[in-house]
Amino acid sequence: MTCKFCLEKPVIQLPNSEKKLCKSCFIKYFERKVIKTINKYKLIEKNDHIVVAVSGGKDSLSLLYLLNKYCQKRNNKIKLSALQINEGIKGYRDSSIEDAKKFCKSQRIKLHIASYEKETGKTLDKVKKKYKDTIACSMCGILRRYLLNKYSRKMKATKLATGHNLDDEAQSIIMNQFRHNIALSARLGPITGVKKDPRFIPRIKPFYFLTEKEVATYAYLHNLIFKFNECPYCEDSNRFFIRDMLNDAEAKYPGTKHSIVASFIEILPLLKKKYKNQEINSCKLCKEPTSSDICSACKVKEKIKS
Amino acid sequence: MPKVFLEKENKTVETKELIVSNILKSLKINPTTVIITRNNELILENTVLSKEDKISLIPIISGG
Repeated sequence: MTCKFCLEKPVIQLPNSEKKLCKSCFIKYFERKVIKTINKYKLIEKNDHIVVAVSGGKDSLSLLYLLNKYCQKRNNKIKLSALQINEGIKGYRDSSIEDAKKFCKSQRIKLHIASYEKETGKTLDKVKKKYKDTIACSMCGILRRYLLNKYSRKMKATKLATGHNLDDEAQSIIMNQFRHNIALSARLGPITGVKKDPRFIPRIKPFYFLTEKEVATYAYLHNLIFKFNECPYCEDSNRFFIRDMLNDAEAKYPGTKHSIVASFIEILPLLKKKYKNQEINSCKLCKEPTSSDICSACKVKEKIKS
Repeated sequence: MPKVFLEKENKTVETKELIVSNILKSLKINPTTVIITRNNELILENTVLSKEDKISLIPIISGG
């Protein structure tokens, strides 16, 4: 059994395909696919300041590594920084912050850290202790998105890059279908947002067409997978239910996730057109952009104030 | 018998199976959720193991 393109030993069989690739051919394939996505959807342009949202996990560190390589090849005409959000989850986030710090130091990338505690006065641990019935993931997602946008804007970013992969996108598409939240789906895609607004930093997803397994393989081959570390609150999540459901479907019917994303990409221009006139207000409390009077993050902050 | 290290559970189990895909089936592990290594090298699901082999199943999880 050899690589499809050379005589080396394969490290992966590509999803939804019979192709087996060795380490070197897989890395070439992976990086070419990312560059193709960047070029096709104009994710990165000259003089951009890209802020990479870093969790310390395999997806975001692989993205940071690859984009750093990409920027260096372009004589650093593109500025690259990293931003990490500290939710305040003991035994989970503290170790991934250390991983991210070490990695950024080795790559000479400036890392900024924003925290829930500084923003809301409480860590997620404290919130979960007081409000046991709170669904951590939904609240956490709202605050994380809010802080990523707010701080990347403060850092004068022109784009915010996230390590979202094809599996993540397929999950988001199905979650929005299950909740009849198509307006939210209109904001998905390789580059997010329905219309330009200086208050919103456009988010880009260079791993959009790569599966979680491909990203994990790339990360493993670059020593970017650290000790197994799972968020202690993750069982609360609706996303994980959808993730398991899609993984089961993929095992039974290979290509399911690719089909979900490919079908979605076909209808995305229509969704963006339909929702392009949606109004963007300023939150009455924090002035951050929102579709209603008070933004979701301020609603969360109010809820956990007492 | 081959040994399988389950990183998520941090434990090692023995198996009678010699083909990696059959090991995953017997452990009820979805192949899309793990990467598999032997001696720190990635291996494919159709790899046939020897009785002395030790493999690791590394779960793929999002950083959160």
